[in-house]
Amino acid sequence: MPKETIFAQGNEAVVQGALYAGLDFYAGYPITPSTEIAEILAQRLPQAGGRFIQMEDELASLCAVIGASLTGLKAMTATSGPGFSLMQEALGYAVMAEVPCVVVNVQRGGPSTGMPTAVAQGDVMQARWGTHGDHAIIALTASNLADVFLMTVEAFNLAETYRTPVILLLDEVVGHMREKLVIPGPGEVEVVQRLRTSVPEGTDYHPYLAREDGRLPMSDFGGVHRFNVTGLVHDMWGFPSNDPAVAYGLLHHLVDKLENRAETLARYQDFFCDDAEVLLISYGSAARSALHLVEQRRARGMKIGLLELNTLWPFPAQTVRKYCRGRGHVLVVEMNRGQLHGEVQKAAEQPERVYLANRYDGVFISHKDIMQVLHVVLGKGV
Amino acid sequence: METTRIVFSGSGGQGVITAAIILGEAAALHEGLNAVQTQSYGPEARGGATRADVVISQHPIRYPKVISPHVLVCLTQEAYNKYSGIGRPGGLLIIDSQLVTPAKKSDARQVALPMYQAVMEAIGNPVVFNICMLGALVGLTSLVKPESLWRAVQSKIPPAFLEINQRALELGGELASSVR
Amino acid sequence: MNTRRYIRERFFPHLWCPGCGHGIVMSALVGAVDSLGLSQNEVVVISGIGCSSRMPGYLDFHTMHTLHGRALAFATGVKMGRPDLTVIVPMGDGDAAAIGGNHLIHAARRNLDLTAVVLNNRIYGMTGGQSSPTTPEGDRSTTAPYGVLDPSFDLVELARGAGASFVARSTTYHAQETRELLAAAIAHQGFSLVEVLSQCPTYYGRKNQGGDAVAMMKTFKQITAPAGSQRAAQDPGLITRGILVQEPRTEYCAAYGELVRELSGHEE
Repeated sequence: MPKETIFAQGNEAVVQGALYAGLDFYAGYPITPSTEIAEILAQRLPQAGGRFIQMEDELASLCAVIGASLTGLKAMTATSGPGFSLMQEALGYAVMAEVPCVVVNVQRGGPSTGMPTAVAQGDVMQARWGTHGDHAIIALTASNLADVFLMTVEAFNLAETYRTPVILLLDEVVGHMREKLVIPGPGEVEVVQRLRTSVPEGTDYHPYLAREDGRLPMSDFGGVHRFNVTGLVHDMWGFPSNDPAVAYGLLHHLVDKLENRAETLARYQDFFCDDAEVLLISYGSAARSALHLVEQRRARGMKIGLLELNTLWPFPAQTVRKYCRGRGHVLVVEMNRGQLHGEVQKAAEQPERVYLANRYDGVFISHKDIMQVLHVVLGKGV
Repeated sequence: METTRIVFSGSGGQGVITAAIILGEAAALHEGLNAVQTQSYGPEARGGATRADVVISQHPIRYPKVISPHVLVCLTQEAYNKYSGIGRPGGLLIIDSQLVTPAKKSDARQVALPMYQAVMEAIGNPVVFNICMLGALVGLTSLVKPESLWRAVQSKIPPAFLEINQRALELGGELASSVR
Repeated sequence: MNTRRYIRERFFPHLWCPGCGHGIVMSALVGAVDSLGLSQNEVVVISGIGCSSRMPGYLDFHTMHTLHGRALAFATGVKMGRPDLTVIVPMGDGDAAAIGGNHLIHAARRNLDLTAVVLNNRIYGMTGGQSSPTTPEGDRSTTAPYGVLDPSFDLVELARGAGASFVARSTTYHAQETRELLAAAIAHQGFSLVEVLSQCPTYYGRKNQGGDAVAMMKTFKQITAPAGSQRAAQDPGLITRGILVQEPRTEYCAAYGELVRELSGHEE
């Protein structure tokens, strides 16, 4: 039984998904176009027995989120544009110290202050590589409110499962767009709880020793196990180490735990792909325009389909390769200078057939924009 | 019902976005239709030309913005000057007869209603101007049932203001029936 | 006093230089925790980056070594998550007054029940002797080879101005006093800051003819006086020690817990 049906913004769908997933703690700093997430949570969290705090900046916000997560709480922050840049230092800490948390980035036009109220998808590569050093990351996205809700829950689930920060990479159009959202009832969507250690008091607990299945059970600050957490290269006890073998092992673990599971972590949907000669690949709000075009052209007999990605990182290269195979033309639709286009080209067996339909002027890309590029690609002129 | 695309335009503070949200909610929650509402923010939260889009359809809505609206509402001269050209032939253009002086002939059917004047005379509070406009819009188009619109208004408006909102809605309906 | 149980002995000897004052502060800190009868499982120690930041690694509490200047922001999340825990934040002068200055003033303003212990050696020791915002005007460092041009921060006044409800200062010469002040700060309900002047003979002392560790500690004795003492009154140039601010003010977690109880009926 669905709990409730509401007509709401994407940003509110994030809140609903987070509360469904068991959000206990939010720290944030207001910034357009993500501010509604903070505003709604400031109201709802204390009502639900959770905790909200407005910090002095975005970096402090993610630091506080990491601290709260270490006490056992499900914790999240949300930001946009320059705020996401400020968070990169703490994001790397969460990666290194393997602290589950969710970071929402409702993208806007950049670089720098850019176009605060305009749509863009220019942070795709920043989500992947924004924090320094070799690492892996999970980034999810969505194009409609039902998926925003589900991907928010999924972000918490994956954060807990893999002890990693998860980035929910939305954009201004999805964040501010209102449509119907059916909020699932309890139990309708799986919610993963934190895996805590079964090691009893008095026995050595190793916070960074993986079980056979690769998972690292946690112990809360304030519990019976005392350990150290650091952003330095560390051993299985969490203590700093300069041992090359420890550094090598840790780097492998941090990258492999996600990159080796890229296909397991791949969330995507396909539309009319079976016989498609032209394949569109898109994500976020741009995927709405792509699907609009696909449905419009299908009605006129064109063999065109859409692969909509909900997982951007780790990039599901095998899935994308499979979908690209045998197509006459592949067109990546996104609102940046081709950040995912490059990944699709790397994955595709025939990269010369992978084209880009994009906008990066703050204007939401339309089906007409995509069609214009498609005309050129298909050799039909402008 | 196939797809109807509506653009509301006016100045910040006129309740243009609220009107769009109420119409979208009426369609999505009370009529079993699909509705998507978006808006473009001007550089200022108040003043300037504000625009809010609503798409209503029995089919799933993909592209969420409005390129050529079936219904265009302009509540200020600035909004009229900026947006009146995007209306489609055969569409409907609703303007406030006191606040907007139409400059050119439109391909759309143009309806000028004294909504602002009627609200000020009958209610004396400009805060319900947008609700009067919704009453007129629904009266002219039958996009949603008046009951659905009223239910959506009730969910958005504090109880103390419900009475004047109800009167504004009725006032809009009456203005619409006068030109139908 | 059995403070050895608070120490992770397997990490000794520690990495601080011979003569460094930080060990004295660490000893005073565990003494303070012991005097309050706190169990190890209810104490969290969170540091930033620098020489001071290595302290949590040597202490057998829940410990966290975070980012330069950000320790108070991490500590805010820990305290909000578990208001019942005692959260202590050792910081250096670079952490507190430079890169983390904004976090410090906001932590003081919010009055979250955290204890910031600023080990002020007036220099960046870990990276080899660069100036900090507490390096006195005219003193030398590797990044001020001709002497520091800008005036230094008075951390006590900074904390007072930001609204800290407990502020104290001592030096490594006054180890017993430091222990007592730390105990009072930890016991205080609200944000507390204790500045401890700590000697860095390796960099600050060497660059500024400060002498060896003993000479530097003797200097701490000479240039400071207890607040309210006759010496302090006679010589306004002396740095005051002791509790300098102590006023009851609503603690943030308590206020938030009250809000949650009102809105949700949940017990904190």
